Amino acid sequence: MRSERYIPYLLVLPSVIFLLFLFAWPLVEALLLSIRGSEGWTLEHFQRMAADLYFKDAVKYTVLLAVVVVPLQVILALCMAMLLGGISKGRDLFLYVWTIPLGISDLAAGIAWLAIFTERGYLNSFLQALGLIQEPRLWLSYETPAMLFLAVVAAEVWRATAIVLVILVAGLQLIPKEYNEAAEVFGATPWRRFWKVTLPLLMPSLQVALILRTILALEVFAVVVALGGRNLPVLAGEAYFWYNAYQNPGVAAAYSVLILGISVLATLLYLRLMRPRQEVAA
Amino acid sequence: MSTRTIYLALAVLLALWVVVPIFLIATLAFSDRASVFAWPKGILPQHFSLETISFFFGVAGVGKAIGNSLIVAGLTLLFAVLLGAPAGYALARYRFAGADAYRILILLTRAFPLAILAIPLAVRFINLGLYDTPLGVALVHTALALPFAVLVTSSLFLGIPRELEEAAWTLGCNRIQAFLKVVLPLALPGLAATAIFAFVISWNEVFAATLLTLRERTLPAFLLTALNDSPLPFRFAGGFFLIVPALVFIFVIRRYLFTLWGIANR
Repeated sequence: MRSERYIPYLLVLPSVIFLLFLFAWPLVEALLLSIRGSEGWTLEHFQRMAADLYFKDAVKYTVLLAVVVVPLQVILALCMAMLLGGISKGRDLFLYVWTIPLGISDLAAGIAWLAIFTERGYLNSFLQALGLIQEPRLWLSYETPAMLFLAVVAAEVWRATAIVLVILVAGLQLIPKEYNEAAEVFGATPWRRFWKVTLPLLMPSLQVALILRTILALEVFAVVVALGGRNLPVLAGEAYFWYNAYQNPGVAAAYSVLILGISVLATLLYLRLMRPRQEVAA
Repeated sequence: MSTRTIYLALAVLLALWVVVPIFLIATLAFSDRASVFAWPKGILPQHFSLETISFFFGVAGVGKAIGNSLIVAGLTLLFAVLLGAPAGYALARYRFAGADAYRILILLTRAFPLAILAIPLAVRFINLGLYDTPLGVALVHTALALPFAVLVTSSLFLGIPRELEEAAWTLGCNRIQAFLKVVLPLALPGLAATAIFAFVISWNEVFAATLLTLRERTLPAFLLTALNDSPLPFRFAGGFFLIVPALVFIFVIRRYLFTLWGIANR
Protein backbone atom coordinates (compact mmCIF):
# COMPACT_ATOMS: atom_id res chain seq x y z
CA MET A 1 0.00 0.00 0.00
CA ARG A 2 1.22 3.45 -0.84
CA SER A 3 2.28 5.66 1.96
CA GLU A 4 -0.73 7.58 3.19
CA ARG A 5 0.93 9.32 6.05
CA TYR A 6 0.56 12.69 4.41
CA ILE A 7 -3.25 12.45 4.15
CA PRO A 8 -4.20 13.66 7.67
CA TYR A 9 -1.83 16.60 7.37
CA LEU A 10 -3.36 17.52 4.05
CA LEU A 11 -6.81 17.45 5.64
CA VAL A 12 -5.82 19.52 8.66
CA LEU A 13 -3.66 22.02 6.81
CA PRO A 14 -6.37 24.40 5.50
CA SER A 15 -7.82 24.95 8.96
CA VAL A 16 -4.35 25.44 10.47
CA ILE A 17 -3.47 28.08 7.88
CA PHE A 18 -6.81 29.75 8.47
CA LEU A 19 -6.34 29.83 12.24
CA LEU A 20 -2.82 31.17 11.87
CA PHE A 21 -4.11 34.12 9.86
CA LEU A 22 -7.31 34.80 11.73
CA PHE A 23 -6.32 33.78 15.19
CA ALA A 24 -2.62 33.61 16.01
CA TRP A 25 -1.69 36.61 13.92
CA PRO A 26 -4.34 39.03 15.25
CA LEU A 27 -3.48 37.90 18.75
CA VAL A 28 0.11 39.03 18.29
CA GLU A 29 -1.09 42.09 16.45
CA ALA A 30 -3.35 43.09 19.36
CA LEU A 31 -0.48 42.86 21.80
CA LEU A 32 1.68 44.97 19.50
CA LEU A 33 -1.09 47.51 18.96
CA SER A 34 -1.42 48.00 22.67
CA ILE A 35 2.29 48.60 23.34
CA ARG A 36 3.39 50.42 20.20
CA GLY A 37 3.02 54.15 19.81
CA SER A 38 3.91 56.60 17.07
CA GLU A 39 7.55 56.41 18.18
CA GLY A 40 8.49 52.95 19.36
CA TRP A 41 7.40 50.99 22.42
CA THR A 42 5.18 52.71 24.89
CA LEU A 43 2.78 52.23 27.75
CA GLU A 44 0.80 55.32 26.84
CA HIS A 45 -2.24 53.34 25.68
CA PHE A 46 -2.48 51.54 28.99
CA GLN A 47 -1.94 54.78 30.87
CA ARG A 48 -4.64 56.49 28.85
CA MET A 49 -6.95 53.56 29.47
CA ALA A 50 -6.31 53.63 33.22
CA ALA A 51 -6.75 57.40 33.40
CA ASP A 52 -10.10 57.29 31.60
CA LEU A 53 -13.20 58.30 33.52
CA TYR A 54 -14.98 55.04 32.77
CA PHE A 55 -12.05 52.71 33.40
CA LYS A 56 -12.53 51.95 37.10
CA ASP A 57 -16.25 51.36 36.74
CA ALA A 58 -15.69 49.19 33.69
CA VAL A 59 -13.27 46.93 35.56
CA LYS A 60 -15.51 46.89 38.62
CA TYR A 61 -18.74 46.04 36.79
CA THR A 62 -17.17 43.47 34.44
CA VAL A 63 -15.58 41.52 37.28
CA LEU A 64 -18.62 41.93 39.51
CA LEU A 65 -20.90 40.67 36.75
CA ALA A 66 -18.77 37.58 36.23
CA VAL A 67 -18.61 36.94 39.97
CA VAL A 68 -22.38 37.22 40.37
CA VAL A 69 -23.61 35.76 37.07
CA VAL A 70 -21.42 32.66 36.68
CA PRO A 71 -22.17 31.04 40.07
CA LEU A 72 -25.88 31.77 39.62
CA GLN A 73 -25.81 30.10 36.22
CA VAL A 74 -23.93 27.05 37.49
CA ILE A 75 -26.25 26.58 40.48
CA LEU A 76 -29.35 27.06 38.37
CA ALA A 77 -28.06 24.69 35.67
CA LEU A 78 -27.15 22.11 38.30
CA CYS A 79 -30.68 22.29 39.71
CA MET A 80 -32.13 21.93 36.20
CA ALA A 81 -29.89 18.96 35.42
CA MET A 82 -30.86 17.20 38.68
CA LEU A 83 -34.54 18.00 38.08
CA LEU A 84 -34.33 16.30 34.69
CA GLY A 85 -33.24 13.15 36.48
CA GLY A 86 -36.39 13.26 38.60
CA ILE A 87 -38.80 13.78 35.73
CA SER A 88 -39.94 10.83 33.69
CA LYS A 89 -42.64 12.28 31.46
CA GLY A 90 -41.87 15.24 29.24
CA ARG A 91 -38.13 15.21 29.93
CA ASP A 92 -37.30 15.95 26.31
CA LEU A 93 -39.82 18.77 26.15
CA PHE A 94 -38.35 20.47 29.22
CA LEU A 95 -34.84 20.02 27.90
CA TYR A 96 -35.89 21.59 24.61
CA VAL A 97 -37.57 24.58 26.23
CA TRP A 98 -34.73 25.15 28.70
CA THR A 99 -32.13 25.16 25.94
CA ILE A 100 -33.96 27.62 23.67
CA PRO A 101 -31.79 30.53 24.91
CA LEU A 102 -28.73 28.73 23.44
CA GLY A 103 -29.69 30.13 20.07
CA ILE A 104 -30.56 33.63 21.27
CA SER A 105 -27.98 36.34 20.77
CA ASP A 106 -26.84 38.59 23.58
CA LEU A 107 -28.29 41.59 21.78
CA ALA A 108 -31.71 39.97 21.44
CA ALA A 109 -31.62 38.92 25.09
CA GLY A 110 -30.82 42.48 26.10
CA ILE A 111 -33.73 43.79 24.05
CA ALA A 112 -36.12 41.18 25.47
CA TRP A 113 -35.24 42.25 29.00
CA LEU A 114 -35.45 45.90 27.98
CA ALA A 115 -39.14 45.23 27.34
CA ILE A 116 -39.43 44.21 30.98
CA PHE A 117 -37.28 46.86 32.67
CA THR A 118 -37.99 49.88 30.48
CA GLU A 119 -39.96 52.81 31.84
CA ARG A 120 -43.34 51.67 30.55
CA GLY A 121 -42.32 48.04 30.65
CA TYR A 122 -43.75 44.93 32.22
CA LEU A 123 -41.97 45.26 35.57
CA ASN A 124 -43.43 48.68 36.24
CA SER A 125 -46.85 47.52 35.02
CA PHE A 126 -46.62 44.59 37.41
CA LEU A 127 -45.60 46.78 40.33
CA GLN A 128 -48.44 49.15 39.52
CA ALA A 129 -50.90 46.26 39.45
CA LEU A 130 -49.68 45.30 42.91
CA GLY A 131 -50.25 48.87 44.02
CA LEU A 132 -46.59 49.43 44.88
CA ILE A 133 -46.09 52.34 42.51
CA GLN A 134 -48.39 54.87 40.86
CA GLU A 135 -46.18 56.28 38.13
CA PRO A 136 -43.58 54.46 35.96
CA ARG A 137 -40.16 54.42 37.55
CA LEU A 138 -36.82 54.57 35.78
CA TRP A 139 -34.72 51.48 36.38
CA LEU A 140 -32.07 51.70 33.69
CA SER A 141 -30.62 55.17 34.12
CA TYR A 142 -27.19 56.00 35.45
CA GLU A 143 -28.86 57.08 38.68
CA THR A 144 -30.01 53.52 39.38
CA PRO A 145 -26.83 51.48 38.84
CA ALA A 146 -27.93 48.72 41.24
CA MET A 147 -31.16 48.07 39.37
CA LEU A 148 -29.42 48.32 35.99
CA PHE A 149 -26.87 45.80 37.23
CA LEU A 150 -29.68 43.53 38.35
CA ALA A 151 -31.33 43.78 34.93
CA VAL A 152 -28.08 42.76 33.23
CA VAL A 153 -27.69 39.85 35.66
CA ALA A 154 -31.24 38.70 34.92
CA ALA A 155 -30.70 38.88 31.16
CA GLU A 156 -27.36 37.08 31.35
CA VAL A 157 -28.66 34.32 33.61
CA TRP A 158 -31.69 33.96 31.37
CA ARG A 159 -29.63 33.76 28.19
CA ALA A 160 -26.55 31.75 29.08
CA THR A 161 -27.58 29.24 31.72
CA ALA A 162 -28.49 26.86 28.90
CA ILE A 163 -24.84 26.45 27.85
CA VAL A 164 -23.91 25.34 31.36
CA LEU A 165 -26.94 23.06 31.46
CA VAL A 166 -25.97 21.26 28.27
CA ILE A 167 -22.38 20.74 29.44
CA LEU A 168 -23.56 19.42 32.81
CA VAL A 169 -26.22 17.11 31.35
CA ALA A 170 -23.62 15.70 28.96
CA GLY A 171 -21.29 15.21 31.94
CA LEU A 172 -23.99 13.47 33.97
CA GLN A 173 -24.52 10.99 31.15
CA LEU A 174 -20.88 9.97 31.45
CA ILE A 175 -21.24 8.96 35.12
CA PRO A 176 -21.89 5.21 35.39
CA LYS A 177 -25.24 4.46 37.06
CA GLU A 178 -23.60 1.79 39.26
CA TYR A 179 -21.98 4.35 41.56
CA ASN A 180 -25.28 5.92 42.57
CA GLU A 181 -26.93 2.51 42.86
CA ALA A 182 -24.15 1.27 45.11
CA ALA A 183 -24.51 4.33 47.33
CA GLU A 184 -28.26 3.73 47.47
CA VAL A 185 -27.72 0.11 48.54
CA PHE A 186 -25.58 1.37 51.40
CA GLY A 187 -28.43 3.62 52.47
CA ALA A 188 -27.18 7.03 51.35
CA THR A 189 -29.94 9.62 51.11
CA PRO A 190 -30.47 11.35 47.74
CA TRP A 191 -28.95 14.50 49.24
CA ARG A 192 -25.81 12.63 50.34
CA ARG A 193 -25.58 10.80 47.02
CA PHE A 194 -25.61 14.16 45.26
CA TRP A 195 -22.81 15.60 47.41
CA LYS A 196 -20.66 12.50 47.77
CA VAL A 197 -21.09 10.75 44.42
CA THR A 198 -22.57 12.88 41.67
CA LEU A 199 -20.91 16.20 42.39
CA PRO A 200 -17.30 14.94 42.69
CA LEU A 201 -17.69 12.89 39.51
CA LEU A 202 -19.15 15.90 37.75
CA MET A 203 -16.10 18.04 38.58
CA PRO A 204 -14.49 17.90 35.11
CA SER A 205 -17.69 19.11 33.48
CA LEU A 206 -18.16 21.78 36.12
CA GLN A 207 -14.64 22.97 35.49
CA VAL A 208 -15.24 23.24 31.75
CA ALA A 209 -18.52 25.04 32.31
CA LEU A 210 -17.01 27.48 34.81
CA ILE A 211 -14.03 28.34 32.63
CA LEU A 212 -16.08 28.73 29.47
CA ARG A 213 -18.77 30.81 31.12
CA THR A 214 -16.29 33.04 32.96
CA ILE A 215 -14.40 33.82 29.78
CA LEU A 216 -17.67 34.65 28.03
CA ALA A 217 -18.94 36.66 30.99
CA LEU A 218 -15.82 38.83 30.93
CA GLU A 219 -16.66 39.70 27.31
CA VAL A 220 -20.17 40.85 28.16
CA PHE A 221 -21.17 43.58 25.74
CA ALA A 222 -24.44 43.68 23.80
CA VAL A 223 -26.70 42.85 26.75
CA VAL A 224 -25.28 45.79 28.64
CA VAL A 225 -25.48 48.16 25.68
CA ALA A 226 -29.06 47.16 24.91
CA LEU A 227 -30.19 47.68 28.49
CA GLY A 228 -28.24 50.70 29.59
CA GLY A 229 -26.06 52.07 26.82
CA ARG A 230 -22.95 53.27 28.57
CA ASN A 231 -24.68 53.78 31.92
CA LEU A 232 -23.08 50.56 33.09
CA PRO A 233 -19.58 50.60 31.59
CA VAL A 234 -17.94 47.22 30.90
CA LEU A 235 -14.53 46.38 29.43
CA ALA A 236 -15.65 45.06 26.05
CA GLY A 237 -17.97 48.03 25.71
CA GLU A 238 -15.09 50.42 26.40
CA ALA A 239 -12.95 48.65 23.80
CA TYR A 240 -15.80 49.18 21.36
CA PHE A 241 -16.25 52.86 22.22
CA TRP A 242 -12.53 53.59 22.01
CA TYR A 243 -12.31 51.94 18.62
CA ASN A 244 -15.55 53.21 17.09
CA ALA A 245 -16.31 56.54 18.69
CA TYR A 246 -12.83 57.76 19.61
CA GLN A 247 -11.04 56.10 16.66
CA ASN A 248 -8.23 54.98 18.91
CA PRO A 249 -7.19 51.37 18.14
CA GLY A 250 -4.29 51.56 20.62
CA VAL A 251 -6.44 52.08 23.70
CA ALA A 252 -9.07 49.68 22.32
CA ALA A 253 -6.34 47.04 21.98
CA ALA A 254 -5.18 47.80 25.53
CA TYR A 255 -8.70 47.05 26.76
CA SER A 256 -8.80 43.79 24.80
CA VAL A 257 -5.43 42.77 26.26
CA LEU A 258 -6.79 43.53 29.73
CA ILE A 259 -9.84 41.31 29.07
CA LEU A 260 -7.51 38.55 27.92
CA GLY A 261 -5.32 38.98 30.99
CA ILE A 262 -8.28 38.69 33.38
CA SER A 263 -9.58 35.66 31.44
CA VAL A 264 -6.24 33.88 31.68
CA LEU A 265 -5.99 34.67 35.39
CA ALA A 266 -9.49 33.34 36.02
CA THR A 267 -8.78 30.16 34.04
CA LEU A 268 -5.57 29.50 35.97
CA LEU A 269 -7.41 30.11 39.22
CA TYR A 270 -10.09 27.56 38.33
CA LEU A 271 -7.52 25.00 37.25
CA ARG A 272 -5.69 25.43 40.56
CA LEU A 273 -8.73 25.44 42.80
CA MET A 274 -10.44 22.52 41.11
CA ARG A 275 -7.53 20.12 40.79
CA PRO A 276 -8.87 16.57 40.91
CA ARG A 277 -8.52 15.21 44.42
CA GLN A 278 -6.76 11.92 45.03
CA GLU A 279 -9.56 10.26 46.97
CA VAL A 280 -11.94 10.86 44.11
CA ALA A 281 -9.75 8.97 41.72
CA ALA A 282 -9.18 6.14 44.19
CA MET B 1 -47.86 16.56 47.68
CA SER B 2 -45.51 13.98 46.23
CA THR B 3 -41.92 14.71 45.31
CA ARG B 4 -42.77 14.07 41.69
CA THR B 5 -45.35 16.86 41.66
CA ILE B 6 -42.89 19.28 43.24
CA TYR B 7 -40.28 18.39 40.62
CA LEU B 8 -42.79 18.91 37.86
CA ALA B 9 -43.92 22.25 39.30
CA LEU B 10 -40.32 23.45 39.53
CA ALA B 11 -39.63 22.32 35.97
CA VAL B 12 -42.69 24.18 34.71
CA LEU B 13 -41.61 27.27 36.63
CA LEU B 14 -38.16 27.16 35.02
CA ALA B 15 -39.73 26.64 31.59
CA LEU B 16 -41.88 29.73 32.19
CA TRP B 17 -38.77 31.70 33.18
CA VAL B 18 -37.35 30.90 29.74
CA VAL B 19 -40.50 31.35 27.71
CA VAL B 20 -42.12 34.43 29.26
CA PRO B 21 -39.58 37.05 28.04
CA ILE B 22 -39.81 35.58 24.53
CA PHE B 23 -43.57 35.70 24.75
CA LEU B 24 -43.52 39.30 25.96
CA ILE B 25 -41.28 40.55 23.17
CA ALA B 26 -43.33 38.63 20.60
CA THR B 27 -46.43 40.30 22.03
CA LEU B 28 -44.86 43.73 21.65
CA ALA B 29 -43.65 42.97 18.13
CA PHE B 30 -47.21 42.11 17.08
CA SER B 31 -48.93 45.03 18.76
CA ASP B 32 -49.76 48.45 17.44
CA ARG B 33 -47.74 51.48 18.39
CA ALA B 34 -50.16 52.59 21.07
CA SER B 35 -49.90 49.25 22.90
CA VAL B 36 -46.11 49.36 22.84
CA PHE B 37 -46.19 52.67 24.67
CA ALA B 38 -49.21 51.81 26.78
CA TRP B 39 -49.08 52.21 30.54
CA PRO B 40 -49.73 50.11 32.46
CA LYS B 41 -49.41 47.07 30.23
CA GLY B 42 -51.36 43.86 30.49
CA ILE B 43 -49.55 40.57 30.10
CA LEU B 44 -51.78 39.49 27.24
CA PRO B 45 -51.65 41.11 23.81
CA GLN B 46 -54.18 43.91 23.48
CA HIS B 47 -54.55 44.60 19.78
CA PHE B 48 -52.98 42.25 17.32
CA SER B 49 -51.37 44.37 14.65
CA LEU B 50 -48.58 44.24 12.11
CA GLU B 51 -47.90 47.95 12.59
CA THR B 52 -44.72 47.50 14.64
CA ILE B 53 -43.27 44.76 12.46
CA SER B 54 -44.00 46.57 9.21
CA PHE B 55 -42.57 49.78 10.67
CA PHE B 56 -39.39 47.84 11.42
CA PHE B 57 -39.10 46.46 7.90
CA GLY B 58 -39.87 49.87 6.49
CA VAL B 59 -36.89 51.56 8.16
CA ALA B 60 -34.20 52.38 5.63
CA GLY B 61 -31.28 49.99 5.91
CA VAL B 62 -33.09 47.11 7.59
CA GLY B 63 -33.59 45.14 4.39
CA LYS B 64 -29.97 45.60 3.41
CA ALA B 65 -28.79 44.62 6.89
CA ILE B 66 -30.86 41.42 6.77
CA GLY B 67 -29.40 40.69 3.35
CA ASN B 68 -25.88 41.25 4.65
CA SER B 69 -26.54 39.05 7.66
CA LEU B 70 -27.70 36.24 5.38
CA ILE B 71 -24.65 36.59 3.13
CA VAL B 72 -22.23 36.68 6.07
CA ALA B 73 -23.89 33.73 7.80
CA GLY B 74 -24.00 31.79 4.53
CA LEU B 75 -20.30 32.37 3.90
CA THR B 76 -19.47 31.47 7.50
CA LEU B 77 -21.43 28.23 7.18
CA LEU B 78 -19.59 27.38 3.96
CA PHE B 79 -16.10 28.18 5.28
CA ALA B 80 -16.66 26.46 8.62
CA VAL B 81 -17.84 23.22 7.03
CA LEU B 82 -15.28 23.21 4.22
CA LEU B 83 -12.37 23.89 6.57
CA GLY B 84 -13.67 22.05 9.60
CA ALA B 85 -15.03 18.79 8.20
CA PRO B 86 -11.74 17.58 6.62
CA ALA B 87 -9.91 18.31 9.86
CA GLY B 88 -12.63 16.53 11.82
CA TYR B 89 -12.32 13.54 9.51
CA ALA B 90 -8.54 13.47 9.96
CA LEU B 91 -8.90 13.54 13.75
CA ALA B 92 -11.46 10.75 13.68
CA ARG B 93 -9.76 8.39 11.24
CA TYR B 94 -6.00 8.85 11.52
CA ARG B 95 -3.46 8.72 14.27
CA PHE B 96 -0.81 11.24 13.39
CA ALA B 97 1.92 13.15 15.14
CA GLY B 98 0.59 16.54 16.13
CA ALA B 99 -3.03 15.46 16.44
CA ASP B 100 -3.07 16.33 20.12
CA ALA B 101 -1.35 19.65 19.54
CA TYR B 102 -3.99 20.37 16.92
CA ARG B 103 -6.81 19.54 19.35
CA ILE B 104 -5.30 21.89 21.91
CA LEU B 105 -4.98 24.65 19.31
CA ILE B 106 -8.66 24.20 18.52
CA LEU B 107 -9.69 24.32 22.16
CA LEU B 108 -7.48 27.35 22.80
CA THR B 109 -9.30 29.36 20.18
CA ARG B 110 -12.37 29.21 22.37
CA ALA B 111 -10.50 30.63 25.33
CA PHE B 112 -9.73 34.01 23.81
CA PRO B 113 -11.98 37.05 23.96
CA LEU B 114 -13.35 38.18 20.65
CA ALA B 115 -12.21 41.75 21.21
CA ILE B 116 -8.60 40.68 20.90
CA LEU B 117 -9.27 39.31 17.40
CA ALA B 118 -11.69 41.92 16.15
CA ILE B 119 -9.72 45.07 16.92
CA PRO B 120 -6.43 44.22 15.14
CA LEU B 121 -8.35 42.65 12.26
CA ALA B 122 -10.42 45.78 11.83
CA VAL B 123 -7.18 47.76 11.53
CA ARG B 124 -5.64 45.23 9.15
CA PHE B 125 -8.75 44.73 7.01
CA ILE B 126 -8.71 48.41 6.06
CA ASN B 127 -5.38 47.85 4.31
CA LEU B 128 -6.51 44.60 2.75
CA GLY B 129 -9.74 46.03 1.39
CA LEU B 130 -11.76 43.63 3.52
CA TYR B 131 -13.05 46.27 5.92
CA ASP B 132 -16.77 46.91 5.60
CA THR B 133 -17.33 43.84 3.42
CA PRO B 134 -19.48 40.78 4.19
CA LEU B 135 -16.45 38.61 3.38
CA GLY B 136 -14.35 40.25 6.10
CA VAL B 137 -17.03 39.72 8.75
CA ALA B 138 -17.55 36.15 7.55
CA LEU B 139 -13.83 35.42 8.00
CA VAL B 140 -13.92 36.51 11.65
CA HIS B 141 -17.15 34.57 12.23
CA THR B 142 -15.51 31.51 10.69
CA ALA B 143 -12.73 31.80 13.27
CA LEU B 144 -15.48 31.56 15.92
CA ALA B 145 -17.37 28.70 14.29
CA LEU B 146 -14.42 26.62 13.10
CA PRO B 147 -13.48 25.05 16.47
CA PHE B 148 -17.03 23.79 16.87
CA ALA B 149 -17.12 22.52 13.31
CA VAL B 150 -13.89 20.55 13.79
CA LEU B 151 -14.88 18.99 17.12
CA VAL B 152 -18.43 18.18 16.07
CA THR B 153 -17.51 16.64 12.73
CA SER B 154 -14.75 14.65 14.39
CA SER B 155 -17.20 13.04 16.81
CA LEU B 156 -19.61 12.62 13.93
CA PHE B 157 -17.11 10.65 11.81
CA LEU B 158 -16.06 8.64 14.85
CA GLY B 159 -19.64 7.44 15.07
CA ILE B 160 -19.54 6.01 11.54
CA PRO B 161 -17.93 2.56 11.63
CA ARG B 162 -14.62 2.38 9.89
CA GLU B 163 -15.52 -1.08 8.63
CA LEU B 164 -18.13 0.34 6.27
CA GLU B 165 -15.47 2.41 4.60
CA GLU B 166 -13.03 -0.48 4.44
CA ALA B 167 -15.69 -2.67 2.88
CA ALA B 168 -16.14 -0.08 0.16
CA TRP B 169 -12.39 -0.10 -0.50
CA THR B 170 -12.33 -3.88 -0.92
CA LEU B 171 -15.27 -3.58 -3.31
CA GLY B 172 -13.16 -1.39 -5.54
CA CYS B 173 -13.87 2.16 -4.42
CA ASN B 174 -10.91 4.48 -4.02
CA ARG B 175 -10.71 6.62 -0.90
CA ILE B 176 -12.60 9.55 -2.33
CA GLN B 177 -15.36 7.38 -3.81
CA ALA B 178 -15.71 5.49 -0.55
CA PHE B 179 -16.03 8.75 1.34
CA LEU B 180 -18.58 10.21 -1.07
CA LYS B 181 -20.70 7.07 -1.43
CA VAL B 182 -20.55 5.58 2.05
CA VAL B 183 -19.48 8.08 4.69
CA LEU B 184 -21.01 11.28 3.37
CA PRO B 185 -24.63 10.07 3.18
CA LEU B 186 -24.37 8.82 6.76
CA ALA B 187 -22.74 12.03 7.96
CA LEU B 188 -25.11 14.37 6.14
CA PRO B 189 -27.59 15.06 8.98
CA GLY B 190 -24.75 15.81 11.40
CA LEU B 191 -23.01 17.99 8.85
CA ALA B 192 -26.25 19.87 8.35
CA ALA B 193 -26.48 20.45 12.10
CA THR B 194 -22.89 21.73 12.11
CA ALA B 195 -23.72 24.07 9.25
CA ILE B 196 -26.81 25.42 10.98
CA PHE B 197 -24.81 25.95 14.12
CA ALA B 198 -22.19 27.95 12.23
CA PHE B 199 -24.99 29.95 10.62
CA VAL B 200 -26.50 30.86 13.99
CA ILE B 201 -23.13 31.77 15.52
CA SER B 202 -22.69 34.25 12.70
CA TRP B 203 -26.31 35.46 12.72
CA ASN B 204 -26.06 36.28 16.44
CA GLU B 205 -22.59 37.81 16.56
CA VAL B 206 -22.59 41.54 17.15
CA PHE B 207 -19.25 42.79 18.49
CA ALA B 208 -16.97 41.94 15.57
CA ALA B 209 -19.69 42.72 13.05
CA THR B 210 -20.06 46.22 14.46
CA LEU B 211 -16.32 46.89 14.54
CA LEU B 212 -15.69 45.57 11.04
CA THR B 213 -18.45 47.38 9.19
CA LEU B 214 -19.57 50.90 8.55
CA ARG B 215 -22.13 50.84 5.76
CA GLU B 216 -22.42 47.11 5.14
CA ARG B 217 -23.92 46.41 8.57
CA THR B 218 -25.26 43.00 9.48
CA LEU B 219 -28.62 43.03 11.27
CA PRO B 220 -27.23 42.82 14.84
CA ALA B 221 -24.64 45.50 14.04
CA PHE B 222 -27.32 47.70 12.49
CA LEU B 223 -29.60 47.24 15.50
CA LEU B 224 -26.83 47.90 18.00
CA THR B 225 -25.65 51.10 16.40
CA ALA B 226 -29.21 52.34 15.90
CA LEU B 227 -30.26 51.35 19.42
CA ASN B 228 -29.76 54.63 21.22
CA ASP B 229 -31.63 56.82 18.81
CA SER B 230 -34.39 54.49 17.71
CA PRO B 231 -37.91 54.26 19.11
CA LEU B 232 -38.90 51.31 21.28
CA PRO B 233 -41.16 49.62 18.66
CA PHE B 234 -38.16 49.42 16.32
CA ARG B 235 -35.99 47.83 19.00
CA PHE B 236 -38.62 45.30 20.04
CA ALA B 237 -39.45 44.27 16.49
CA GLY B 238 -35.72 43.96 15.74
CA GLY B 239 -35.09 41.92 18.88
CA PHE B 240 -37.97 39.62 18.03
CA PHE B 241 -36.75 39.16 14.48
CA LEU B 242 -33.31 38.21 15.82
CA ILE B 243 -34.83 35.56 18.09
CA VAL B 244 -36.98 33.78 15.50
CA PRO B 245 -34.18 31.90 13.68
CA ALA B 246 -32.84 30.85 17.08
CA LEU B 247 -36.06 29.07 17.94
CA VAL B 248 -36.07 27.22 14.64
CA PHE B 249 -32.38 26.41 15.05
CA ILE B 250 -32.68 24.74 18.45
CA PHE B 251 -35.64 22.74 17.17
CA VAL B 252 -33.78 21.48 14.12
CA ILE B 253 -30.55 20.55 15.88
CA ARG B 254 -32.00 19.35 19.20
CA ARG B 255 -30.79 15.80 18.51
CA TYR B 256 -27.22 17.03 18.13
CA LEU B 257 -27.25 19.48 21.00
CA PHE B 258 -25.02 17.40 23.21
CA THR B 259 -22.55 16.63 20.49
CA LEU B 260 -22.33 20.35 19.80
CA TRP B 261 -21.82 21.57 23.34
CA GLY B 262 -21.22 18.48 25.42
CA ILE B 263 -18.11 17.96 23.36
CA ALA B 264 -16.32 20.31 25.71
CA ASN B 265 -16.01 17.36 28.07
CA ARG B 266 -13.50 15.52 26.00
